[in-house]
Amino acid sequence: MNKPSPNSFRTQPDERGHFGDYGGRYVAETLMPLILDLEKEYRAAQADPAYKAEFDDLLEHYVGRPSPLYHAERLTEAVGGAQIWFKRDELNHTGAHKINNCIGQILLAIRMGKTRIIAETGAGQHGVATATVCARFGLPCVIYMGATDVARQQPNVFRMKLLGAEVVPVTSGGATLKDAMNEGLRDWVANVHDTFYIIGTAAGPHPYPEMVRDFQSVIGTEARAQMLDRTGRLPDLLVACIGGGSNALGLFHPFLDDADVKMLGVEAAGHGLDGDEHAASLTGGAPGVLHGNKTYLLQDEDGQITDGHSISAGLDYPGIGPEHAWLKESGRVDYTSVTDDEALEGFQLLCRTEGIIPALEPSHAIAAVAKVAKEMPDDAIILANLCGRGDKDIFTVAEALGVDI
Amino acid sequence: MTRISNAFSKPALVCFVTAGDGDTAANLDALIEGGADVIELGMPFTDPMADGPAIQEANLRALAKRTTTADIFALAAQFRLRHPDVPLILMGYANPMIRRGPEWFADECAKAGVDGVICVDIPPEEDQALGPALRAKGVAPIRLATPTTDAKRLPQVLEGSDGFVYYVSVAGITGKQQAATASIEDAVAKLKASTDLPIAVGFGVRTPEQASAIAKVADGVVVGSALVELVGKHGANAPSALKELTSALANAVHSAR
Repeated sequence: MNKPSPNSFRTQPDERGHFGDYGGRYVAETLMPLILDLEKEYRAAQADPAYKAEFDDLLEHYVGRPSPLYHAERLTEAVGGAQIWFKRDELNHTGAHKINNCIGQILLAIRMGKTRIIAETGAGQHGVATATVCARFGLPCVIYMGATDVARQQPNVFRMKLLGAEVVPVTSGGATLKDAMNEGLRDWVANVHDTFYIIGTAAGPHPYPEMVRDFQSVIGTEARAQMLDRTGRLPDLLVACIGGGSNALGLFHPFLDDADVKMLGVEAAGHGLDGDEHAASLTGGAPGVLHGNKTYLLQDEDGQITDGHSISAGLDYPGIGPEHAWLKESGRVDYTSVTDDEALEGFQLLCRTEGIIPALEPSHAIAAVAKVAKEMPDDAIILANLCGRGDKDIFTVAEALGVDI
Repeated sequence: MTRISNAFSKPALVCFVTAGDGDTAANLDALIEGGADVIELGMPFTDPMADGPAIQEANLRALAKRTTTADIFALAAQFRLRHPDVPLILMGYANPMIRRGPEWFADECAKAGVDGVICVDIPPEEDQALGPALRAKGVAPIRLATPTTDAKRLPQVLEGSDGFVYYVSVAGITGKQQAATASIEDAVAKLKASTDLPIAVGFGVRTPEQASAIAKVADGVVVGSALVELVGKHGANAPSALKELTSALANAVHSAR
């Protein structure tokens, strides 16, 4: 990894929102003026110290940042090999990394004078985070959620309702995250004058992928400083799970130009990549256009989108953020996948060795860490993002393990 | 493309149905018999983000019958043989159009006798994804203008447009509410000041009365959801109902001025 990269990996996207061939603004004309306006407002906010100060203040006092950097010594011992460290974003207010992005976007919505918030959600973590910031700022909020996900994520549905959000179950298509996103876009196109769409992952039309990445980069920026402070060096390998890819980009992006730091993104292999029951867009999909951006998609030979499957409702999106598509093709980040069964093992391993119940999403990262750590020397350091806590998943896990609760 | 300009020499009725929904060939013939001047054939997609419930369901019905891109081009080619003078437009979303590469798609359009393509989710900013390939084959890239397209942006929308301009009269999805005639008249006048292309107005047009009012101020009227609902309701027996509605709409449009 000593070969110098000719260009920085941290200057994407270009002014048209392209990450190499990926990204862009593939939206209906009705939305184009709006997303151009959003980009202008985002640039103005970036240049405004008051905006940054308010964002930082809310992250510190409302979200509870910085999140700890934790050396998982018992897990390290159990796995054998490299030291395993976690960035503890599951300790954030609302229990996942999603809130970082929601704070950034709602401040932008308020700057733009928007008075109504909509969002899509899969596992419900982004829906809960959006409902949370809407309650905090007193804005009405509509959350679109696939009917299938409503059924399997009841605790989060109730949380959103407690927070004052209207949760709309979406029955079209496969009734999961992509269908919820379609419905969000339909709402937005009909309510452009007063509505702000808080997209939950680093995907969608430009500037969303860039904006969400920037808001989530607080994860990697903190982790990099914390790791230097604690160990005097940078980690050898970063690991994060990927659905749309926002927690992974948040961790990876501040390290992209540290040539000695390797990175591994972990997709959901569901029942295995040899069948149709997975959600691994990068390792099992092909480039195409959906939801405003060009990226890797699960699709058939005619370009029809196929439904992803994962035990984790947060990972079964058939696409992935366009920056990941570019990072894969540039070779800067490696991507792998982990099955439902492996993720369940990772989940239980962390519960028992560290007293931490992780969400099923980062359980995929934990399973990948357990595989690669053994092959690395004892003095190597792996840093994984623990992007969500597992309270929401205990029913799913109980069912998978054949336990009645 | 002469077919398109000929069709708009008088107020034109543009009729939309989804390919693969019901007996599509018979549906298309019924539209022509009823007096449709231009046909928009919808390409079904799993994720029709700009469409309301009627066309969403038509997409799902067509895909449930395993309608493929090859089937759509076969329908188009057969239509062209039966109706050599009626303009045929394919309308749909980017991903099925670019799946095998934009050149492949443009080539198939040209071979099947397709006159133009409306791609909902390729705005001028992403024109390179499909536009150059269509132009190289003489297939018109037909763009959408909307109530949110302001004066500053309009030239960019018109640049590279061909065939006609599709004015989406409401900010929203297909098949919902209709805009006030006054606002349509105003919008069409602004478009006319900037382009020589014909202007067709759609979204939310369901009745002969609405069609007549629009045909007084625009070059064409697009009707989609109301027709697609008939296919949903009558299935394989839709042609007679389609012909009846199309005939009422065509009379209204053709006698508007």
